Amino acid sequence: MAFTLYSLLQAALLCVNAIAVLHEERFLKNIGWGTDQGIGGFGEEPGIKSQLMNLIRSVRTVMRVPLIIVNSIVIVLLLLFG
Amino acid sequence: MHPTGLAAAAGTPRQPSKRRIPVSQPGMADPHQLFDDTSSAQSRGYGAPRAPSGLGYSAASTSPQAAFLADPVSNMAMAYGSSLAAQGKELVDKNIDRFFPISKLKYYFAVDTMYVGKKLGLLVFPYMHQDWEVQYQQDTPVAPRFDINAPDLYIPAMAFITYVLVAGLALGTQDRFSPDLLGLQASSALAWLTLEVLAILLSLYLVTINTDLTTIDLVAFLGYKYVGMIGGVLTGLLFGKMGYYLVLGWCCASIFVFMIRTLRLKILAEAAAEGVPVRGARNQLRMYLTMAVATAQPLLMYWLTFRLVR
Repeated sequence: MAFTLYSLLQAALLCVNAIAVLHEERFLKNIGWGTDQGIGGFGEEPGIKSQLMNLIRSVRTVMRVPLIIVNSIVIVLLLLFG
Repeated sequence: MHPTGLAAAAGTPRQPSKRRIPVSQPGMADPHQLFDDTSSAQSRGYGAPRAPSGLGYSAASTSPQAAFLADPVSNMAMAYGSSLAAQGKELVDKNIDRFFPISKLKYYFAVDTMYVGKKLGLLVFPYMHQDWEVQYQQDTPVAPRFDINAPDLYIPAMAFITYVLVAGLALGTQDRFSPDLLGLQASSALAWLTLEVLAILLSLYLVTINTDLTTIDLVAFLGYKYVGMIGGVLTGLLFGKMGYYLVLGWCCASIFVFMIRTLRLKILAEAAAEGVPVRGARNQLRMYLTMAVATAQPLLMYWLTFRLVR
């Protein structure tokens, strides 16, 4: 199986893109994964679901601008070099 | 030119992390110092024979350059040049240290032959070892040279390179070799390693486990399986499929036990320290995570090598 570092990079880029297109209002709120729902109390440790929601929100916030740049570069390179 | 100056200048970069006076234990060299300091002995050695004949020699050796050095302009130029070089070196070091923590990496390569031998023995036969705790010396872990339980990066790095070479050898005996296949094998193994590290980091984050297991530690632990893989493939080359399965089975079992015993101390440490398992669900999740990591090792060992042995 040709599982190389390059294919890992491609898969990572696609995954981050997939997380970035999850719309906050239209989708996440409807399945109960919005960021203002389910932030439990302060005392106890956060469960897996709230950690996941935090992770999704932070990835979307942090990677928005770099994703634009990286996607443009990858599109241009793929168009040029196949 | 000045032996003491040389000794002082060469001595200080060797011990950058010495913040406190360490408690010296009998029979143990200073653990804050990762590598033996041979600079002072050298320059003392050079200084001693030089000192008595210094005057005569220095006059003779520097006289051809005396005219050059006495010139104030070239003196200044040399001083300026050396200060520029020092500044540049500082800048490069600082910037590189931001991206690659080189000073932390040095800890993982402070090994010696005895440690490597004992650790390799531990990797193939971990059943008799009793004490798996990493020793600490005033908050910092002791260098791998002094503690067999400490993770190191020397064995995984060497084992990885040896694995790629052995894979090339195995492919060559089956007439399937071509040079780009070496790169493919290396890339594939590295990709699996990266995937494992990312998966473990993600699960550690999701289950909010607070450990002192750093990323480099994880890479070190996950790199230990290459040793078993090399053993299996070499035996498969010498003794055919039966030998391959036997040795690989043995190494899989020992890596499984090794990983469980090592990770149990790191991931389940706080739970064990608290004594009573208060939150059963939390402990169960940690146990599942340790078991999953340990089970993934034999699977990957088989997956990466079975194609090499026919």
